[in-house]
Amino acid sequence: MKTSYREAMREALREALRGDPRVFLMGEDVGRYGGTYAVSKGLLEEFGPERIRDAPLSELGFVGAGIGAALGGMRPIVEVMTVNFSLLALDQIVNTAAALRHMSGGQFSVPLVIRMASGAGRQLAAQHSHSLECWYAHIPGIKVLTPATVEDARGMLAPALADPDPVVIFEHAQLYNLEEELQPAVPVDIASARVRRAGSDVSLIAYGGCLPKTLQAAELLAGMGINAEVVDLRVLRPLDGEAIMASVRKTHRAVIVDEGWRSGSLAAEVMARIVEQAFFDLDAPPLRVCSEEVPMPYARHLEEAALPQAAKIVAAARAVMGKA
Amino acid sequence: MNVAAPPVPYELPLALRLLRDMLRIRRLEERAAELYGAGKIRGFLHLYIGEEAVAVGALHALTPDDAVVATYREHGHALVRGMAMNAIMAEMFGKQEGCSRGRGGSMHLFDAATRFYGGNAIVGGGLPLAVGLALADRMSPNGPRPYPKGTSFGAFPSGQGISCGGQTRQRVTACFFGDGAVAEGAFHESLNLAALWQLPVLFCCENNLYAMGTSLARSESQTDLSVKAAAFKIPTIQADGMDVVAVHDAARAGAAHVREGGGPLFIEFQTYRFRAHSMFDPELYRDKAEVEKWKERGPLHSYTTRLKAHGMLTEEEFLACDAEALAEVEASVTFAEAGTWEPVENLTRDVYSPPPAAAA
Repeated sequence: MKTSYREAMREALREALRGDPRVFLMGEDVGRYGGTYAVSKGLLEEFGPERIRDAPLSELGFVGAGIGAALGGMRPIVEVMTVNFSLLALDQIVNTAAALRHMSGGQFSVPLVIRMASGAGRQLAAQHSHSLECWYAHIPGIKVLTPATVEDARGMLAPALADPDPVVIFEHAQLYNLEEELQPAVPVDIASARVRRAGSDVSLIAYGGCLPKTLQAAELLAGMGINAEVVDLRVLRPLDGEAIMASVRKTHRAVIVDEGWRSGSLAAEVMARIVEQAFFDLDAPPLRVCSEEVPMPYARHLEEAALPQAAKIVAAARAVMGKA
Repeated sequence: MNVAAPPVPYELPLALRLLRDMLRIRRLEERAAELYGAGKIRGFLHLYIGEEAVAVGALHALTPDDAVVATYREHGHALVRGMAMNAIMAEMFGKQEGCSRGRGGSMHLFDAATRFYGGNAIVGGGLPLAVGLALADRMSPNGPRPYPKGTSFGAFPSGQGISCGGQTRQRVTACFFGDGAVAEGAFHESLNLAALWQLPVLFCCENNLYAMGTSLARSESQTDLSVKAAAFKIPTIQADGMDVVAVHDAARAGAAHVREGGGPLFIEFQTYRFRAHSMFDPELYRDKAEVEKWKERGPLHSYTTRLKAHGMLTEEEFLACDAEALAEVEASVTFAEAGTWEPVENLTRDVYSPPPAAAA
């Protein structure tokens, strides 16, 4: 049976809430409204207002309260409506959640899960379209997950909650309606990258909302006689360098696809590691397909031009194949 | 100079404990300042000298099961909360015998055993944390001590009332912060959350009149800080932070209110910092005369005078207390000097928790 990414996430939340009385969901409009992206719809009725806790528009306050509640023995899942609003909570995430274990000499760890929607593609303009996953991936002390499949939407929450340290989960808003076959209860890890399409000519390395576009590009490339491998990073911190290098050593060519802005992007980090660790395995310089360096414009044609698209990925793959 | 003050209204052991703890903080910090000059302590060092009555009076109103969240000016709070002076001094030296293994320094003292949650160098950063700790106490399914039956927790935004169900822990989270934090969004967000959800937080505002070098009058349109808390429907108390008895009475009343399910309470302790903001501060922003005037109300001096005036303390006993505090400080310096440096190979430990296998 096909399940949507949204339903998979909701089922994961429901399972967590049923299975552990310490778990609760807190955030803006998670209860009565049913979740901005309808992820938590119906959970208020099942679990009540204490555990499906509507919070005022106080991102700094309720993310910090989530940290405190985690320290106090709870297992909070804090939903920040979108990554844009998470900037208001960045202080608590960076200065407290990520640092607390180290600066207390290992005395206090923060078993907190923060979920947020990210990404562009819906004409929401400059303040509602960010892809800032790499900002979070820069910070030691937290883990950063980017479920890009229904299976990961269903499976990543449980290991994130079991993790004793803070975990940030980015749900690309374009993925919520994604529908895929879902095998019942297959546990997934939150440590490794995954090859989503095996290939031999070029490694297309992507994460989050770019995965469907990258798989689409791989199909187009197949029609051109290029057999692309698609690596889904899944976890941006810690990065699974071994999986990246294994793929690059096989194909000898790499294109990194990242919805973040090019300068200082996660793609830059992946590329740097490939150059450090697999330079002599490369047959061509690696390339990147990132967002153009512009605040996201509203008009549809401009937004499309600003974002990674399958055609751009195809062009980059052909370029590293020497077929531009 | 409170000769006319009434007798200290506590049993002698508590009355002397308050004195001893103020002395311990004072002597610890005077020595820390010397050690800073000698290069033994580095980084930022924020002294609490002048404000000791606040931490001592307030923390003695708590129970061991309560939680404490403090600021970067927290040596005194850590000490009174029950942390060993040795662990505090070694931490300031950066030794691995320090409470935070030398990873925190003066601003990041932590102690799980006494539920002391730091040690926070972001102004206002501890307030949301305190709200969350209190939320956990409200929600904990394993709480040993219920709120009194029939306690009302107000209405949830959805309109559905919250019943405590007799499942919550009857703990208080005491959150210390300065007047500077009142200007931060974190203050307003935290007070609102605590009041909205009727959480057991005792907000302890240490108003020393200066946010680093900016006076309250130059940073707040409303300088009566209790008015701000009252705007969130949080009951408030104002107390003379230079008088350990006034502080302790206020904190006891406040903690009782919170513990009995009355929701959060805000206490403004009006106090004054005798030393510079940090060791880098040239103090260009206030008059020496102002400092001297406040020193006349010094918490140690006035309390000692009061105890003596009512026959609760002799000069000999005072000197014995002081000698004891000085000896404890010297022992802590010896301990810290003898401490060891964490091997650089361990640099990245405690960034993440060890994997389950390694943890076992």
